[in-house]
Amino acid sequence: MRTMRTEERSQLAEPPNDAGAARRRRPRPRDDRRAAWLFLVPALAGFVIFYGYPTVRGVWYSLTDYNLLSDPTFVGGDNYAQIVRDPQFWHSLGVTGYYVVINIGSQMLLGLLLAALMHRLTRSVALRAMLLLPWLVPNVTVGLLWIWLLDADLGFVNHLLKALGLGTVGFFVSPDWAMPTIGLVNTWAYTGYTALLLYAGMLQIPPHLYESAALDGAGELRMFRSVTLPMLRPVLALVLVVSLIGSFQIFDTVAVAAGGRGASSAIRVIYYFIYQQAFQYFHMGYASAAALLLALILGVLTVVQLRLLRASRSDLA
Amino acid sequence: MNTTKRAGLALLALSLAGTLAACGSGGGQEQGGAAGGTVTIDYWLWDDKQLPAYQACADAFHKAEPNVTVKITQTAWAQYWQNLTTQLAAGQAPDVWTDHGSYYPQFVSSGQIMDIQPFVDRDKVDLTQYQEGLADLWVKDGKRYGLPKDWDTIALVYNTTMLAEQKVKPAEMADLTWNPTDGGTLQQVIAKLTVDENGRDGLDPAFDKTKVKVYGFLPEWGDGSQGQNGWGDLAVANGWTYLDKNPWGTRYKYDDPKLAQVIDWYKQLIDKGYAPKFDKQSTLGRDAVLNAGKGAMSFAGSWTISTFLGPDAEQKFALAPMPVGPAGTRKTAINGLSDAIFAGTEHKEEAWKWVKFLGSAGCQDIVADSAVVFPAIKTASDKAAAAHQAAGRDVQAYLGPTKARGETFLLPITDHGNEISQIVQDAIQSVVLGQVGTAEGLKQANDQVNALFT
Repeated sequence: MRTMRTEERSQLAEPPNDAGAARRRRPRPRDDRRAAWLFLVPALAGFVIFYGYPTVRGVWYSLTDYNLLSDPTFVGGDNYAQIVRDPQFWHSLGVTGYYVVINIGSQMLLGLLLAALMHRLTRSVALRAMLLLPWLVPNVTVGLLWIWLLDADLGFVNHLLKALGLGTVGFFVSPDWAMPTIGLVNTWAYTGYTALLLYAGMLQIPPHLYESAALDGAGELRMFRSVTLPMLRPVLALVLVVSLIGSFQIFDTVAVAAGGRGASSAIRVIYYFIYQQAFQYFHMGYASAAALLLALILGVLTVVQLRLLRASRSDLA
Repeated sequence: MNTTKRAGLALLALSLAGTLAACGSGGGQEQGGAAGGTVTIDYWLWDDKQLPAYQACADAFHKAEPNVTVKITQTAWAQYWQNLTTQLAAGQAPDVWTDHGSYYPQFVSSGQIMDIQPFVDRDKVDLTQYQEGLADLWVKDGKRYGLPKDWDTIALVYNTTMLAEQKVKPAEMADLTWNPTDGGTLQQVIAKLTVDENGRDGLDPAFDKTKVKVYGFLPEWGDGSQGQNGWGDLAVANGWTYLDKNPWGTRYKYDDPKLAQVIDWYKQLIDKGYAPKFDKQSTLGRDAVLNAGKGAMSFAGSWTISTFLGPDAEQKFALAPMPVGPAGTRKTAINGLSDAIFAGTEHKEEAWKWVKFLGSAGCQDIVADSAVVFPAIKTASDKAAAAHQAAGRDVQAYLGPTKARGETFLLPITDHGNEISQIVQDAIQSVVLGQVGTAEGLKQANDQVNALFT
């Protein structure tokens, strides 16, 4: 750590185009590029085999009529033409959007709050570890846990509601409640993780900013608004983009909530739609086209967000 | 250091070799098997409760055919069809698998199942030994794609303690009637078994439907396009038919008012507080609610015998036959499974021998003795009932309809089974939620369904 810092400092100290610098630099024994490639090979191989190749196949399948069993037949853009006219596709996109708004909205707000508390109030390691606990539980287990807790008839939460004189709620079964319930269950599972990422970002903010703000008489709220938030922007943008993409990929909680009976239309998110088309109806070509459209939509969303939040530029520099 | 390094290398080499061997084992095993004069048949099923019985069949088969070994793989229902489909796509399918009516048209139309009619003719398999209609389910265009292995029917399951508390005699349960107008005596019993928190039953004028403690009846709303666990059986008893012909019909009749009457009858049960509201019902399944003592009665298939009459049941249950409908007869769906042979199997003759054995009394008697399902052969069905009887379980409600004329009907077998399932289930759920009118919702679904066949 220390040596690295010294190196950094000496590098920084070197003015560019200094003749003395060239003299002092030792001749490089060999080209590192070959070694670099060697180090890249494992990751690259994994990427090509598990992402690149399937993606190319997916693109091909999306242009075919393929039921997994017979050979695919080329149909050109038919799948795409059909999808944009498929109300189920748009419905499931809408359902997913609704979920993402609920999930990301609550998750980011709660995460920010928790991170700020950890940053300014207590830095207890035990507390941080506890926040992460729900994130460590496998998604299917989270789903099953909450399905039992929130069951309309036999669940503990409804038992409490009833004891308090409030009516019971069919959290997972009522079309009005199902999606918000799933969204908040996943918020419960992921907020700790989001908070930790944001907290790490907050640690990068120079403490002297807070000191001067305090000297100027700013309270905690004002500091949060005028120091923390602007300084955190690039990290915030990254966390937002990553969790948004993750949130769009909601599947397991829905599949668990659906049980063996198939998800009701109120919770049929886009991934569930694709899964059903591919592995229940055996419309592999159609499912691939839907998956590619989704990737396209996510790509556009990501670019727009990064642009809007100017994520690549930091106010710290 | 040097030894560690060498040991590490050796380990690496070993694991690599292991992986390679594992990759190659699929093809190698079969070739090796053929060379040595013995053959291994891969057989798939999904029900873990039936695994011991079929393992016993496989052992008996191996004794009779020492050259053929059957290797059984059990995968839970939820993953079974995906696994099977991907294995088929990869050319690694099992030689024989347990087949289901909703999935098999897909495999037939893509040419994955072997036609066994020539073998059936050659070996003169007696097709009349099976419960009526079951063998025909697996025939399309003169080709036969399986032999029946078992069947299931539907009956009423009720909580005997609650029945006694509400002073309903068990004898009454044997002769229930039902009609879509006032629900017949079935609805009377349902009302009596419904109890609010003050202990008043559903027939009491002071019954409080906002504070129901025990629901008299639990409907199943996640029941696909067939309503096997309730609405389908009642609709057929009401004179409805699913489609123009079965199997392989192409025009469904979900817009028939006779079906709408049944759904409306269910809705009034909910309105009166006799059945839970759709959006306030448990998602844990009717068996969980019945076992928790929060429901008194429901329709249940014969595959649930061990759930309700087995040692793990938390309440005391008994079975009653389906109610007699407006047309004058009881109606229960009868559904059967079969065993299919992979069209690409390298051991056609051995696979057929195994399927023939599965479809014979030799294996089905073994299955009967285990008393988990009803085998397809009539004599074996009786054996299974006797085995249940010996264990103190009265399952006559399931067996009776198969012996009476016209009390069973076959579930539809058509193309697009899974899509139809989702469309109709969605429609019925929207109707029950009141999001759309009954006739209108069913009409829309029917149009969507029939559009799949054009």
